[in-house]
Amino acid sequence: MIEWIVQHIFEKYNYWISIVLMLIGFYAMIAKENLLKKLIGLSIFQTAIFLFYVSLSDVGTGWGLRFGTAPIVWEHGIHEGYMYVNPLPHVLMLTGIVVAAATLAVALALVIRLYEEYGTIEEEEIMEKEMEIERGT
Amino acid sequence: MLPIEQFPVLVVAISLLSALTILLAGAINKKSCFFISLATITFQFILSLFILRHVLTVGTIHYWLGGWRPPWGIEYVVDVLNAYVLIIVLFLSLLAAIYSKRSVEHEIGARKLPTFYTLFQILVTGIVGVVVTGDMFNLYVFLEIASLAGYALIAAAGGRALRASYNYLILGALGICFYLLAIAFLYSVTGTLNMADLRVLLPDLYANKAVQTAFVFAFIGLGIKCAFFPLHTWQPDAYTYAPSAISVIISTAMAKASIYALIRVIFSVFTVDFITLFAPIFKIICWMAAIAMIFGSIVAIAQFDLKRMLAYSSIANIGYIMLGVGLSTSTTLGLTPALMHILNHALMKGCLFMAACAFIYKADLWDIRGFVGLGRKMPYTCFAFLLAALSMIGLPPSVGFVTKLYLILAALEAGEYLFVAVIFFSTLLMIVYFWHIVELMYIRVEEGGEKEIRVAEAPMSMFIPGLVLAVLCFIVGIIWLIGTPLPLMDAINSGFGLGVVP
Amino acid sequence: MSAEKKYGRDVVIETIARLMIPFIQLYGLYVMMGTEGAGGGFQGGTIIAASFVLYVTAFGITKGRSKFPESWNAAFKCLGLYLYAGIGLLCIIFSLGVAEYLNYAAVPLSNIIGHADTRALMIADVVEIGIGMTVMAAFVSLFFDLAWKEESVEEEGGNAEE
Repeated sequence: MIEWIVQHIFEKYNYWISIVLMLIGFYAMIAKENLLKKLIGLSIFQTAIFLFYVSLSDVGTGWGLRFGTAPIVWEHGIHEGYMYVNPLPHVLMLTGIVVAAATLAVALALVIRLYEEYGTIEEEEIMEKEMEIERGT
Repeated sequence: MLPIEQFPVLVVAISLLSALTILLAGAINKKSCFFISLATITFQFILSLFILRHVLTVGTIHYWLGGWRPPWGIEYVVDVLNAYVLIIVLFLSLLAAIYSKRSVEHEIGARKLPTFYTLFQILVTGIVGVVVTGDMFNLYVFLEIASLAGYALIAAAGGRALRASYNYLILGALGICFYLLAIAFLYSVTGTLNMADLRVLLPDLYANKAVQTAFVFAFIGLGIKCAFFPLHTWQPDAYTYAPSAISVIISTAMAKASIYALIRVIFSVFTVDFITLFAPIFKIICWMAAIAMIFGSIVAIAQFDLKRMLAYSSIANIGYIMLGVGLSTSTTLGLTPALMHILNHALMKGCLFMAACAFIYKADLWDIRGFVGLGRKMPYTCFAFLLAALSMIGLPPSVGFVTKLYLILAALEAGEYLFVAVIFFSTLLMIVYFWHIVELMYIRVEEGGEKEIRVAEAPMSMFIPGLVLAVLCFIVGIIWLIGTPLPLMDAINSGFGLGVVP
Repeated sequence: MSAEKKYGRDVVIETIARLMIPFIQLYGLYVMMGTEGAGGGFQGGTIIAASFVLYVTAFGITKGRSKFPESWNAAFKCLGLYLYAGIGLLCIIFSLGVAEYLNYAAVPLSNIIGHADTRALMIADVVEIGIGMTVMAAFVSLFFDLAWKEESVEEEGGNAEE
């Protein structure tokens, strides 16, 4: 029993944390009515995915943080006996962070335009105003 | 490396450079933006023709970006499927660019013209990049580039387009994040991101739960981008309220690139063996596609807004493509119906949207109840609409007929008679709503004096692309019936291991 | 101008900003050279953009806008990406179509540097600077667009309706 808990929960604590954050972000994206809160949910979701990837790169011996060292090549070559952290997920997530930042920028610009157009950023009120405009014309 | 093998990368790089050139040139002279964009897309289209010829004669192009060998580097792989979709995408982008000249000045205004064309060129870059790449993460990056440009361009129309674009943004970002999660799972078990390498490494790992979860995530994520039936909710608003040229390009080029990405991930990375052994999902795809075909057509009948009707009709047609995908393992035709409909639907829907937006441009006619007697006032545009509508309904030598014929053949061969009935029923529904419009335009004239509209014909740069597409609907249909492109389809099917009944 | 009337000037903040901004920018430039240490184009560009945000926070947005007008912004964005995509194309052109895009080792730098790897790293640095410039210009432009509503919005609305 204890081994089952240790193996499935404690050994993989990084995946659990990442999934819980993803679910929190997903809930915010779906359930919240305020447009900015949806964006914050999107941001949390994407950050959780970055966390997932970067935690994949952690190698080395040890429990918890695995004590791999930063993947920088020393001028005399590679240190013998050192465990280097896998740098590929870090690089992938740099690209991912750029994409997430650009998505957030476009979304914020949209929210500003929506606010200028309708005077509110609650989704229900915007839908009501759209209905009014449509009925008026 | 032959110079012609550089063409896949040139298609992307030249597009990116010209997007920035448009931004700079727009500061000097606003009129030049359209011409730079048009010249670039024409050049890309010519390059794609050369790529298709090279792929058919010599073989697949493997391009190692930066000289790094895969799987450590990014690889661009262009085989027959890529070249085929590339030509479709670039041809439709070219026609949309020609179409955009007058409509953009009218809808967006001269001040924002450089920004519009920069984003348009970035959209084309992203779409072309999706089609050309052979690396999973690169597919994510290019799909996001195209999507972000799409969100900004849809919102350029203002008004209701803002909320439509916002909904599209939330759902689209969610979908692509699911795809990113799928890449994470695959990377964690195999250690590679290259599509060809994954195809080699995955068969040993089929029983691994991470791989199965990755498949589900990738399917749902790319399904949101394609607007496959239950995941389609962003599509009607986005297609309806977008500016005219953007409606044309997003409903044709971007939708086809997303479907290509889905087909590539399902058939090239997770091969057919995985799906038949572990994820018997093709039955579910067939059923969802059948529901999409009927649902899309029924809701389209209820619409009065023409663009909204065309958007729901798009949902039905994506159901056709996915029915083709779902039936691909059960018949000797393989993926042929689905790939056919990618080309055919692009031609038909492009023409329909061009005509619909021409009506809005000339007379602000969103509602079909105002179309009475339009056939005499805008003869060329209405003729293009008529041809494309007849093609959608399935009049014999047109492309719509060819698709329905092949789908029915595939369904009969697989023994699924229910899907034959569904195809017939959805065709009947399409006849209902398309014939209603054609009747209003041509047959029912002089109904009521106050509904008479005084309009002139749309400008040439707007109806000529529409007429070209409408005529191509029938010419390409005859070409499909003669059977010239069928060896291409056989090459694609054999590349995926399809076309052999188990 | 109305923004300036609401908030007065603060000597402490201004002095500290004036002291820190050059060092932040120098650090950003160091981070941009990602080939010899941690960092890269995107990270360095973001740090330099942060220095602009600090300037605007300390000195006010009109002064900040005059330091970095929109035309320079567009020029930086385009120049940066021209560096990146252009060097990629140069690799194809210099090797007459044999080497691939962004294959830095194929660009013949000069007789001074012989080893292909060192050549590749130097050109990678130039490409990183290009990326950094674009990212910096993009983030500064984003910041100004989100923070400052221009007074020409009314004529913009009129144009859109025509």
